[in-house]
Amino acid sequence: MSAAALGSYPGGFAWAFSRDFRIAWRNPGETVLVIAFFVLVASLFPLGVGAESRLLERIGPGVIWVCALLAAFLSLPQMFATDYADGSLEQMTLSAHPMIGWVSGKIAAHWIMTGLPLTVLSPLLALQYGLQADTLLVLAAALAIGTPILSLLGAACSALTLGARGGGMLLALLALPLFVPVLIFGAGAAEAQASGLSPSAQLSLLGAGLIVATMALPAAVCVAIRIALD
Amino acid sequence: MRSLEARGLACSRGPVTLFRDVSFAVVSGEWIALRGANGSGKTTLLRCVAGLTRPDAGDVLWDGEPAGHSEHFRESLCYGGHAAGIKDDLTADENLAALIALRGVAADAQARRAALARVGLEKRRHLQARWLSAGQRRRIGLARLALDRAPVWALDEPLTALDDEGQRLFESLLTEHIAGGGVAVIATHHPLAPAPARELRLGA
Repeated sequence: MSAAALGSYPGGFAWAFSRDFRIAWRNPGETVLVIAFFVLVASLFPLGVGAESRLLERIGPGVIWVCALLAAFLSLPQMFATDYADGSLEQMTLSAHPMIGWVSGKIAAHWIMTGLPLTVLSPLLALQYGLQADTLLVLAAALAIGTPILSLLGAACSALTLGARGGGMLLALLALPLFVPVLIFGAGAAEAQASGLSPSAQLSLLGAGLIVATMALPAAVCVAIRIALD
Repeated sequence: MRSLEARGLACSRGPVTLFRDVSFAVVSGEWIALRGANGSGKTTLLRCVAGLTRPDAGDVLWDGEPAGHSEHFRESLCYGGHAAGIKDDLTADENLAALIALRGVAADAQARRAALARVGLEKRRHLQARWLSAGQRRRIGLARLALDRAPVWALDEPLTALDDEGQRLFESLLTEHIAGGGVAVIATHHPLAPAPARELRLGA
């Protein structure tokens, strides 16, 4: 009897990505919830603050970013918890594929299902704040670079809180402070554009952050999962 | 001849020392039964063998080399834990495909259908797992054992929720596995045919 097993990074990535995507497609409740939360909260602010256009334009980028951040956070507790509970995580850890492959695949699927829809919807929601067209574009660009960082950071925090009692609260304490730099540079890019400055510094910093996060965090997730399963 | 060996394994959970200085060896064509009362550490021992839990002391050797996190061992191992890793939202066939693909084994739709037919799930193969009974979920795991050619099985109570016919099915799979030169470490309370080469009693 020979081991016919062949593991590879792309194999694990594709496996996790397609599986998580299929599960979310079958059971879209959670994704819809995240998007609905984002739309609702981002629409509440103009209603609450009033229709003074200068004020709305001023707070718009920051509010959209905070809403996106909280919406992305909503989906984090479930990222590894269901796989942990039903034994899938053990099977994945013992799979022939390198761990970092399927971990990256899961993070990518998470971004496609949360970060991407938030990015696509953000210009529409920002219209309520009367932002200029160029500011809308910069806001969407900043979200496109920033939300993958949120997924990566969130995955690490989610894996660290696996199996911990009161995991949800702990996750908030762990993840939200880590999101702060992303929020500052993300909202800062759109604000710079709105006040006539170049947003390239903030966007470059976000891009650098994304590169560092992509290199470092999947490996951290792997370690955290090993600890959780031990 | 391939061999799986444990030398001087010890593991504790919190303040409780579950086992100390546990050693065993199985070679191709043998299986070893783990017995012991509830809480005696059967599951933990299996997890140590699989490499999920780090033992306090001791080594696990596969073909004479430390198993640890080695890729060679991971590719050779089929682990079945308490929770079977079945996703409610996927159909029986998709669950099987996912479990098999995770092991890097290629199995086309035809092979999966044959395996599911063997475990009695052919008619239910396009039904989401949320509608399957506990025993039927277990049977997806049996179909996986039928397709996976891994030479090492580490199984934790594989007969839970299975009926008599399911037990015979598992026994026939185990017979094939052993006859094909595989080794197995199985924690179980049931007497199984073929009989184990040895019994390892924990917590004595």
